[in-house]
Amino acid sequence: MADAKPAPNFAARAAAAADRRDTRGRWLLSAPALLILLFAAIGPLIIVVIYSFLKKGGYGGVEWEFSTDAWTSVVFQKDIFTDEITIADAHLLIFWRSVKLSFLTTVMALAFGFPTAYFIATRNEKSRDLWLFLITIPFWTNLLIRTFAVMEVIRNEGIVNSILLGLGLVDAPVQIMFTDFAVMMGLLYVYLPLMVLPLYASMERIDFRLVEAGYDLYATRWHVLRRVIFPLVKPGVIAGSILVFIPSLGAYVTPRVLGGGRNLMLGNLIEMQFGQGRNWPLGAALSITLMAIVMVALLFYVKNASKTGARHG
Amino acid sequence: MSAAVAVEAKDVSKIFGAGPGEVRALDNVSVTIRQNEFFTLLGPSGCGKTTLLRLIAGFEMPTEGSILLEGEEVAHLPPFKRHVNTVFQSYALFPHMTVAQNIAFGLEMLGKPKAEVQSTVNAMLKLVRMEELNGRRTSQISGGQQQRVALARALAPRPKVLLLDEPLSALDLKLRKEMQIELKRMQLETGITFIFVTHDQEEALTMSDRIAVMSKGKILQIGSPTDIYEHPTVRFVADFIGETNFIEAEVMQRIATDGQIKLPSGVVISHPLSENVGVGAKVTLAVRPERIDLVRPGTEAHLGGTVQNIVYFGTDTTFHVALDGSGQEVTVRVQNRRGHQEVLKVGDAVGLRIAPEAMQILKD
Repeated sequence: MADAKPAPNFAARAAAAADRRDTRGRWLLSAPALLILLFAAIGPLIIVVIYSFLKKGGYGGVEWEFSTDAWTSVVFQKDIFTDEITIADAHLLIFWRSVKLSFLTTVMALAFGFPTAYFIATRNEKSRDLWLFLITIPFWTNLLIRTFAVMEVIRNEGIVNSILLGLGLVDAPVQIMFTDFAVMMGLLYVYLPLMVLPLYASMERIDFRLVEAGYDLYATRWHVLRRVIFPLVKPGVIAGSILVFIPSLGAYVTPRVLGGGRNLMLGNLIEMQFGQGRNWPLGAALSITLMAIVMVALLFYVKNASKTGARHG
Repeated sequence: MSAAVAVEAKDVSKIFGAGPGEVRALDNVSVTIRQNEFFTLLGPSGCGKTTLLRLIAGFEMPTEGSILLEGEEVAHLPPFKRHVNTVFQSYALFPHMTVAQNIAFGLEMLGKPKAEVQSTVNAMLKLVRMEELNGRRTSQISGGQQQRVALARALAPRPKVLLLDEPLSALDLKLRKEMQIELKRMQLETGITFIFVTHDQEEALTMSDRIAVMSKGKILQIGSPTDIYEHPTVRFVADFIGETNFIEAEVMQRIATDGQIKLPSGVVISHPLSENVGVGAKVTLAVRPERIDLVRPGTEAHLGGTVQNIVYFGTDTTFHVALDGSGQEVTVRVQNRRGHQEVLKVGDAVGLRIAPEAMQILKD
């Protein structure tokens, strides 16, 4: 008994020490990721913020002099001749188009992705893997090439118009390229898997006996979907929507190829400032504006989603 | 006791899959379940009892045959158009809703006015004795409580028939016994027809008005618990419910339904015979261990044997007796009403006496 007494004490101390070592070990494991984040995300972000408050250089680049010109030109523009300040409606139009197209893309992705994910989740285990594999196939090819492939389908001499003309359904090719619709279709095509995968992940966990219970308690298909399935897959809906909305908002390649010069989105506007525009501070300020839009949209969305959640359950 | 029919299944078959891999889960089953009845489908797993329940609920459609709910054909109606509710084996409570919201679900789907929903939910919470937990999430209550909520949810819309799919199997023994009594109470209080599926013979015997014993997709026997226990008609039923001794015998003579049957010991007894066994036919007698008396070997005994083993159980003592000649082992249970009597020892010769009405002639 005498030497049994200090044993638990010792064991506890040893366990605590092991715990500390364990925590230290885990920090060490996450160090590479933290370093990458620090140097590749937070570092550049700080530089972007600093640039947005500097004067633009003549041939691109920046001059190290404090200025709020860039921030003013995000929303306002100065007439070169009269120095009159007006609202930069070209920028606002692009902001609006970006938000509108990203929102529509997200809604469409949800509309197409939900039944797809439901279909996959209700297959047997073997064919589920096959379907998931098929969903990821588009990721295997370069985005640019895929976007050009979409162009091949929808351009005036493309497949869709050839068929429509061949069948005599239209007399002249339907203008699809270089429209908002073309951009949205392109975005939908690119980001649909990002909606399907998280939706599938949360649907797969549903106990389908709950669906039976819903039917048993006089719920029609629509009611089962709205009152049982939807609340249960809401985490997937939120994750999928975020994964589609954010990259859509900053999309660059798709609007560039499918929207032509006329249907710019925020990503193209930013790129222009660092390219032909030679206005790095404005580009930086626009980038931060984009981030701000994303954050506001996210906050709004998450707050709204949790409110409906509280009402249902 | 109303004799009106609640559910009638007519020549129902259900085949899963197709071709050589097909499974005939139900094979031409017919059964009539009366109103206000506690009816149990009893059988081992894979006997088709749950399939029959799911056909009545509407989760499966029969391959052949028809299902009538209070005289109306429902075989091909979806579950939400049938006025029956189910208590699932896994309870299947909605995890994103509170206890009260779960119970209200069916009523809301039927479009009942808010005040009625509220008062019915309260009445149901009271019926299952869960009033104080109405605001809890279903994940925050114990298994036994979940069971009660599942019951309340299924009873709330006042279904014509309540279907219960092994609802007690996940509970521990003590809780299960409590719930057996509770279920019976609720059935009497609500007057709703209960169809209960179980593989537990004791559960079936204690709660049911009538039991259907099923095996391999067929109903073998339907009867009251006493009928099923004391007068099994087929070997499977006698064997599945309780303990039974099977004794082979031969028909010596029959006049109308009065037969003379020769036991393995050579003793001939009188026993009523069903119409399909002729003279010379071999029959199997089912005899419950507690219906056999131990007597002195000799003229009084129907069978003779040697005591092989004596097992003391407290309330009773079991004797394993090897019959003279065949050596077949027969189990005899003697109640210890005056305490354990150490009259017999292993190796003693003993006589067995069985009242003729305790011998049940089986069909096969």
